[in-house]
Amino acid sequence: MSGSDVAINIDKVVKRYGSFTALHGVSLDIRADEFFTLLGPSGCGKTTLLRSIAGFEAVNEGAIRLYGEDIAALPPHKRPVNTVFQHYALFPHMTVLENVMFGTLRLGWSRQESEQRARQVLALVQLSDFLKRKPGQLSGGQQQRVALARALAPRPKVLLLDEPLSALDLKLRQAVRGELKQLQRETGIAFVFVTHDQEEALTMSDRIAVMSDGRVQQTGTPREIYEAPLNRFVAGFIGETNLIEVEVLEMRGGRATVRLPGGQDLTCPAAPGARLGAGHVSLRPERVSLCPPGSGDIRAQVENQVYLGTDIQLLTRLPDGEPMVVRVQNSDADNLPGLGAAVGLKLEADAARLLAD
Amino acid sequence: MAATTPGSGGGGSDLYRGNAPRLMLPTWLMIGVFLLLPVLLMGVYSFLTKEFRGGVIWSPTLAAYDQFFLNRGLFGDEPPSIEWTYLGIFWRSIWQAGSATLLCFVVGFPTAWFIATRAPQHRTVWLFLVTIPYWVNLLIRTVSMKFLIRDEGPLNAFLLWSGVIDQPLGLINTNVAVLLGLFYSYLPFMVLPIYAAVERYDFALSEAAADLYADSWTTLRLVILPAVRPGIIAGAILVFVPSLGAFLAPDLLGGAKAFMIGSLIEEQFKGAAGNWPFGAAVAMILMTIVMGVLLIYARAQTRAQAREGA
Repeated sequence: MSGSDVAINIDKVVKRYGSFTALHGVSLDIRADEFFTLLGPSGCGKTTLLRSIAGFEAVNEGAIRLYGEDIAALPPHKRPVNTVFQHYALFPHMTVLENVMFGTLRLGWSRQESEQRARQVLALVQLSDFLKRKPGQLSGGQQQRVALARALAPRPKVLLLDEPLSALDLKLRQAVRGELKQLQRETGIAFVFVTHDQEEALTMSDRIAVMSDGRVQQTGTPREIYEAPLNRFVAGFIGETNLIEVEVLEMRGGRATVRLPGGQDLTCPAAPGARLGAGHVSLRPERVSLCPPGSGDIRAQVENQVYLGTDIQLLTRLPDGEPMVVRVQNSDADNLPGLGAAVGLKLEADAARLLAD
Repeated sequence: MAATTPGSGGGGSDLYRGNAPRLMLPTWLMIGVFLLLPVLLMGVYSFLTKEFRGGVIWSPTLAAYDQFFLNRGLFGDEPPSIEWTYLGIFWRSIWQAGSATLLCFVVGFPTAWFIATRAPQHRTVWLFLVTIPYWVNLLIRTVSMKFLIRDEGPLNAFLLWSGVIDQPLGLINTNVAVLLGLFYSYLPFMVLPIYAAVERYDFALSEAAADLYADSWTTLRLVILPAVRPGIIAGAILVFVPSLGAFLAPDLLGGAKAFMIGSLIEEQFKGAAGNWPFGAAVAMILMTIVMGVLLIYARAQTRAQAREGA
C-alpha cells in the first residue's frame, strides 16, 4: 500500500476523559476508496475515534492525518470531512434543499452552484421530489437520506457515518445497507462507518476494525475477521462460536497441535501470537457436523435443541462437561439424534483455530 | 368552541370527557371574573362622561377618544387637527419598551445559555439566583435602582474613583435611567423562556453546522437562534408588554421628561384631577395595539408550524 492510497492515518491516538482513557494509542490506516467499519460494543471507543476524526473531540496524543496532512489540531469547520449523525441532526427550520446547501454555501460556493450540487446529490439519494419539505415532514428513512446528501454535497474527502442505521426499522435497515455500499462505490471516497451491529459490518465493509476497551483488536476483511479471528474477543463478538480451553502442545509454521479437553489431539491453524501452554480454540458451530457415536473427532452428548428456522442448533456437552454448540441445516432435521443421545462430532478441515489469548 | 364528538380530540378517557363542563368551571370563572369582566368594565367606562372628582357619569360619549386623537384647541372651539401629545407618549413608550426588550435579550440570552449549559444539578442553583431579586417588591427594587445610579450613588462613586469618568453621569431623570429600571425589573422574564428553549436545544445541530464548515458566529446566527426562536419571542413578549405599561420605573427614575403610557393611565385614576373615561380609553387603545401585535405573531407562528409539519 503506497502512501497516497491512505485517506486517513490514525497514529497512536490517545484520548482521555479525566482518569478514563477512551482510546489507548490507536493506530489505523483507512484507504482512499474503501468502506471501512469501526465495529465494537458500546463504550469501546469507536464513536470517540470517529468524533476525533471529525474534530468534535480533541485528542490528547497522536496524529490524525488526512491525505498526509495532520488535522488533529484543526477545528471541525476546517476539516474537509463530513459526518452523517446518528440522529441525523438535520436543521429543523430549513427545507431539505436548504439543509443540503448549507455546507457548500459556507465553503463560499455561489447560490447557483450550491443549489445545482444539492439537487444532484438529492437525486442520487432519490429525494428530488422533497426539496421544499421540512425535515419534520419526512419519514425516518427519508431523513437519513437527507443527512447523507447533506454530508456528501460539499464533496468531502472522507465521509464519516455514526451508526446512521440504528434509528431505522429492520426492513429499511437491510435495504439501506445495499444503497450505502452502492453510494460508496459511486462516490469513490472512503466511508468510515461506526456500528455495533456485526451483521451490518460484515455485509457492507471492505475492511473492519474490531474495537474493545479503547483498542483495535483486529483489522481485516469481513472474511478474515470472521474466519481468522485473532483473539477471544473478536471470535466471540463476530458471529457465534465455541471457545474451547485447550493445551497447546506444539507450534510449527502457523499451525498448532492442541489437546482437547476429552484428551484427543488436533492440529489446526494458529493465530499470530499464540503460545504454547494453556490456550483457546474457536470453533464455529456451522463447521461441526454430527456423525454416529464412536466416529468423528470428539465424543459428545446432545442436551438440547433449538429451532431457528433455516437452521437447528444443538446444544451438546463434551465428556468433561464443556458445552459445544452445533448448527445443522433444517433439511437434516429428520435424522437428528434425540435428547441425551451420544454422538460423534466431526470437525471440518481447519474448522478449529487457535487464538492468541 | 366546537362540541365534543366521540372520537374527536386527542387525550382524555370517557370517564373524564363527561365531566369536562363541570371541571372547566373554575377556569371559566377565573377568566370571566378576573379577565373578561374588568376589560368589559374598562371598555364601557371609556365611553362614559367623566365626573370631576373621579368616577363616571352614566351618559355615553366619545369624549375620551376625541381627547386622545384630536386637538380642538385650548377651549375646544377650533377645527380639529391630530393631537400629537398622546401619540407621542405612545411612540416614546414603545421605543422605550423596545429598547428594554433588546437590552434584556442582549444580557439575557448569554445568561440563559450559560445556565442551560451547566451540569444539570447546578442549573437549579443558577436559576434560583436569577429569581432572588423577585422576592423584593417592585417598588423597593426600583427605588434601590434610583439610589444606585444617582449622582451621589455607588455607580458614579465607583466610576469616579476608577477614573473612567471625571464628573457624575447624571443618569437620574433620563430615558437611560428608565431603561435600566425596566431592564432590571423584567430581565428574568427574558432569561427563563430562553433557558427553557436552550435546554431543549439539540447540540448535535451545532456539531452538524461545524461539520458543514460554519464557524461559531454563523452557527449562532443560522442554527442556534432560529432553533430557540420560540423562547426568544416568548421572552420578548413577556418583557415588552409589561414594560410598555410600566409606571413605577418612569415615575421614579425618569421624572417628567420620560413620561410613559403607564404613568399617563395611572395619573387619570389617581387623585382628584383624574379622568377615568380618558384613562380607560388610553388603556383600551394600548390593549388593542398589544393584542394586534400578538395576533399577527400568532398567525405567523401557526403558518410557520403548518409549513414545518410540526
